[in-house]
Amino acid sequence: MMTLKVNGRDHQIDAEPDTPLLYVLRDDLKLNAAKYGCGLGQCGSCTVIVDGKAVLSCVTPMVLLEGKQVTTLEGLGTASAPAPIQRAFMEEQAAQCGYCIAGMMMRAQALLQRNPKPIDEQIRAELAPHLCRCGTHMRILRAVHRAARLMDTAELSAVDKRSAP
Amino acid sequence: MIAGVLVALLLGGVGTSFAIAWRPAIATIDPPQPQSFAPGLVKRGRVLAALGNCNDCHTVRGGRNFAGGLPVPTPFGTVYSSNITPDVETGIGRWSEAAFQRAMKLGVDREGRHLYPTFPYDHFTNVRDEDDRALYAYLMTRGPVHAPARDNELAFPLNQRIVVAGWKFLFLHPGTYRADPTKSAEWNRGAYLVEGLAHCGACHTPRNALGAERLNAIFAGGDVDHWQAYAINAQSPSPVPWDADALYAYLRDGFHPDHGTARGPMAGVVRNLSVVPADDVRAIASYMADVFGAPSAERRERGEAALAQAKSPAAAAADSAGGAIYAAACAPCHESSQAPPYGGINLVLSSAISSSDPRNLANIVLAGVRPVEGELSPIMPGFAASMNDAEVAALLVYLRSRFSKQPAWSDLDNIVAEARRTQTASLDTRTDARNASSDTAQRAKP
Repeated sequence: MMTLKVNGRDHQIDAEPDTPLLYVLRDDLKLNAAKYGCGLGQCGSCTVIVDGKAVLSCVTPMVLLEGKQVTTLEGLGTASAPAPIQRAFMEEQAAQCGYCIAGMMMRAQALLQRNPKPIDEQIRAELAPHLCRCGTHMRILRAVHRAARLMDTAELSAVDKRSAP
Repeated sequence: MIAGVLVALLLGGVGTSFAIAWRPAIATIDPPQPQSFAPGLVKRGRVLAALGNCNDCHTVRGGRNFAGGLPVPTPFGTVYSSNITPDVETGIGRWSEAAFQRAMKLGVDREGRHLYPTFPYDHFTNVRDEDDRALYAYLMTRGPVHAPARDNELAFPLNQRIVVAGWKFLFLHPGTYRADPTKSAEWNRGAYLVEGLAHCGACHTPRNALGAERLNAIFAGGDVDHWQAYAINAQSPSPVPWDADALYAYLRDGFHPDHGTARGPMAGVVRNLSVVPADDVRAIASYMADVFGAPSAERRERGEAALAQAKSPAAAAADSAGGAIYAAACAPCHESSQAPPYGGINLVLSSAISSSDPRNLANIVLAGVRPVEGELSPIMPGFAASMNDAEVAALLVYLRSRFSKQPAWSDLDNIVAEARRTQTASLDTRTDARNASSDTAQRAKP
């Protein structure tokens, strides 16, 4: 038994140390946003955030997660209250089949957390490990820029509220 | 009186060095028409450019071929590669063949300025005239790219090119390479390529304090781009001794089942060697096998033991932090006995683990092996995001003790931290993107 912190909650997990995080998320915790693509850490569809960094959950064994904080797409927002990154992807209609998009959003989220205003080539470099067969790449780029603007205004309005009398 | 003598000596010295150092400009020419070069000559030049790995330094990642601008960090400062496309303003479009040949043989540009030895003319001086001619024909028939040279970042007095004349006086020895009539034609072809155009020693031979290859340690291993270029002589760290057949497969395909994959800065070399005539790669392998030398009985036994161990791997013992990580993260592929890309070689065969320098292993664990577009290339996920420095260091300690017969590495904490800094630069976008991308493109060749 080990404790796995996912989206701010502790879960008691009974898994072998070499079990990939992806299997635990999908099979044990029923968090199905992260997708099984290649199983070799080569397509990006299984990406989640661990301690602020985008991680390929299909090649990350449980032994490496002791004491670390895992965030999945479910932890960012919900269908009724989407996070800025999710809203931006919807508003730009960046998904076609959608299989790669959860992973794309997670890595974009990690990027925006450490660099709130990335330029085009930074987004391209960051998302390079993610494969998309449909070809919505240009929309994905626009969506990441839109998310950056949404997060910016969200912060501003939060400041406004705090400073309001 | 004494002062007068000293001044006279000094002036005489300056005069003499000036006579040695001064090189005239060679007149500009009108750019030759591409059709003025024989197609066969251009084709031969393309092969030679691949053997010389020219594109590796003269092209910025993602930039136009041969347009230069790649920063090459050296212990003395940063030198930027030059534009060798036939652009008339910023490239070599107005260089005559004589000017090109002089640059190759003596490291002097068309205007007579000394080139820094980052351009490995200490090797290129061995290239035959007819090969220079073919290289010239190939480069002059490429598309011209307007790309002004970037200013080198060198401190005084090294920013004075005249200083290079002194370096050449000490370390550039034109015309010393000679064929060995007692050896086979294949051996001699290999020697000519390795010591000349392919300039293998530029990375694989350690350098002295003045940045020249140490003649008493030829092929004993060097540094490039934060990687160790392994010793490729009798001191090779490879658990299984190299032979000509293994070298040929490795250089041609970038992989050999007893040795693993050629990655890091060697990836560009094997990419180029995959498109040249097979005979040239055979010749290089044949010569280098001789440089490695026949393995001693003890060395051969050690190799056979490693191969036997690789065929019947023992179960991974998860009795330490590093062992637990190995068993969970590495063994599923490296002990799967599956062919690449689903499995990797058994790590008992790894040169990186047996080498005295842990940097290559740290680099690979952190950054993994990224697939290359349009190539049948090896893959491995990087663990930079999922392992912290302590976990990587613990893994390295375990790998070293389990898979090599060598003493433990020291200073791993710093080495892992440094590897993380250099290998993840392309993912670190906190700084300006242009700086970030140029940092990853940097070369550490003197």
